[in-house]
Amino acid sequence: MTTEVKAVTPTYSEAFQSGVREEMNRNKKIFILGTDLVERGGHFAQVKGIAQEFGLKQVRDAPISEAAMVAAGMGAAMYGCHPIVDLNFIDFSLGAMDEIINQAAKIRFMFDRPVPLVIRATSGVALGGAHHCNSLESFFAHTAGLSLAVPSTPMDVKGLIKTALRNEDPVIFLMHKKLSGIRGEIGDENYFVPFGKAKTIKAGKDAAIITYGYSAVTATKAAQALEAEGISVEVIDLRTLYPIDQDAIDAAVTKFGRVVVLDEAPLFGSITAEIAATASERNFKSLKGPIVRVGAVRAPLSANPAMSEAAIPSVDQISKAVKQVMSY
Amino acid sequence: MSKLDKSTALALLRQMMVIRDFEETADKLCLRGKVPGGMHNSSGQEAVAVGTLSAIAKDDVIATTHRSHHHTLAKGYSAKSVMAELFAKSTGISHGRGGSMHLAEVTEGHFGGNGIVGAGVGIAMGAALGIQHIGDKKIAVGFVGDGGMNTGRTWESINMASIWKLPLIILVDNNQYAVETFVGRVTGGGDLAKRASGFGLPAYNIDGQDVLEVRKYVSEARERALAGEGPTFINALTYRYYGHNVGEKGQYRTQEEIAQWRTTQDPIDKFTEVVISSGFATQAEVEELRASVRKEIEEAVAFAESSPEPEIASITQGVDSGKLGVQL
Ligand SMILES: Cc1ncc(C[n+]2csc(CCOP(=O)(O)OP(=O)(O)O)c2C)c(N)n1
Ligand SMILES: [Mg+2]
Repeated sequence: MTTEVKAVTPTYSEAFQSGVREEMNRNKKIFILGTDLVERGGHFAQVKGIAQEFGLKQVRDAPISEAAMVAAGMGAAMYGCHPIVDLNFIDFSLGAMDEIINQAAKIRFMFDRPVPLVIRATSGVALGGAHHCNSLESFFAHTAGLSLAVPSTPMDVKGLIKTALRNEDPVIFLMHKKLSGIRGEIGDENYFVPFGKAKTIKAGKDAAIITYGYSAVTATKAAQALEAEGISVEVIDLRTLYPIDQDAIDAAVTKFGRVVVLDEAPLFGSITAEIAATASERNFKSLKGPIVRVGAVRAPLSANPAMSEAAIPSVDQISKAVKQVMSY
Repeated sequence: MSKLDKSTALALLRQMMVIRDFEETADKLCLRGKVPGGMHNSSGQEAVAVGTLSAIAKDDVIATTHRSHHHTLAKGYSAKSVMAELFAKSTGISHGRGGSMHLAEVTEGHFGGNGIVGAGVGIAMGAALGIQHIGDKKIAVGFVGDGGMNTGRTWESINMASIWKLPLIILVDNNQYAVETFVGRVTGGGDLAKRASGFGLPAYNIDGQDVLEVRKYVSEARERALAGEGPTFINALTYRYYGHNVGEKGQYRTQEEIAQWRTTQDPIDKFTEVVISSGFATQAEVEELRASVRKEIEEAVAFAESSPEPEIASITQGVDSGKLGVQL
């Protein structure tokens, strides 16, 4: 008997490292700045070892100065570099919102100058309370001039960060806390994922769940549970929220007529609202009933784990939403 | 400030012992999963908290940081209510909503810990503006770390306090590291008091391991603030014995450095010597004090363990008053 030694596949964080390394090897204008990157490798090990490999000019430890960090990245990008500004948690972008929304996002339109800047941050709801669990996707997606990646697998992390680093637009790159340690294949040097292309992560016959980020995991769990009850659900992972894959959304609406849109941001004014509204404008007649949205309650997240869990969609809630669209 | 008397001395010593025992106990409980979301241990920094809070009035305002168990206990809150909050239980000081980083009792002048670095100084500054506006005889203290000294928001607030002569003390709980980043690596000019004095307010670098020195500087600053002479900046040099967050070690400082601070600069040891040499207590009485503290912390743990979880149904309660729509 031969025992096959299976190489361990990389984690979500390692996928980021890998994509960044490959791009840094071919483009010296890429550099990374943020807090605790050099020795610690970032709070989620997302740049571990890169400073040691590329040197302290390519990976800079910054003071806790978010506005200046984004300003530094943006100015350097306008000058011709391709910086990655690592904001640690996306919650800390709020101290740099002017730099992101008023400045970086608008420069190309006003001054005809590209701003090749990646702002990476960890996002999503997990333990950590009110100041570490904000879902800010709709803030960024709402802003003309920004693109927004929300990968849910190591493969997509790598494919999307490489695409971002070959392009010239400001990209907000959100990596979900609860996905940091998941493992998977990451593709080779030539693997790129274009922005604006969704992926069907589970095929189905009866209804579709359109989602992204960690919710792709909960949606898949719900779909598996529903399978046992004879309901076949397709799960579509958007992968980027701007550009958004409107074709994929249209196709799901016209094919199934029964659609659930899911994320873990508060429902009011969210991405799910945008998707549902646009879908009903474009394909109202294909719908067998209203699109059902599943999201978080309108409240800050609590430190209490049960309260925090109760605030965001559960597998059960998602299953219920699917059954609701199946009832039309 | 009047000469140190026996009861004050023993109260200061006991309060520092409470903080140390609380933190070391909570640290172990956190490693066992009892403190959701982790916590920031302040062991080593007791004199900054106790020196400051013992020099201000019970109803003066404080606003603080993510590392604020010591400030909160020193403000007079029971180990029970703080431990219960760490456990995110309904009996906690923030009813289990806040957790370790968000301890608060706003009606009594504790304007909260904070998940956002540097935010506490601004909130305290605003409270000082309120105090000045209403004409109360109070002051506010804004705690900030050495890392927080590099956020723009901190300096905007210090400038405002200076030009408006607000009754504010900016208290830098300078443990010399921001996560894994040594203060000297990210602090232009190095000397924080010098930096602050450029904003036109009295500024001091002091020994944060000497509870009496902290108490004296804060007391004088409070007198100035009450006399309408405006804010004071105090940079108290201290040291944290444990990792940034529970369980973290890292390679960024040597074991020798930690041991050096613990054995030669420990605030409790140093003050115990003062207490004994002044004849306020014998070694045996100090041990009795320690035993009474141990009992208090054990009771706090039992209280936290046995306290109920918050009501899940309350997750959306208290977000706003809900009264704006009422016709007045
Ligand atoms: C605006 C913001 N940026 C980054 C962080 C992440 N963070 C939390 S604590 C910390 C270090 C703070 O260092 P310091 O101010 O010295 O306080 P200490 O932890 O030493 O008490 C960092 C970077 C944050 N919470 N808020
Ligand atoms: Mg510090």
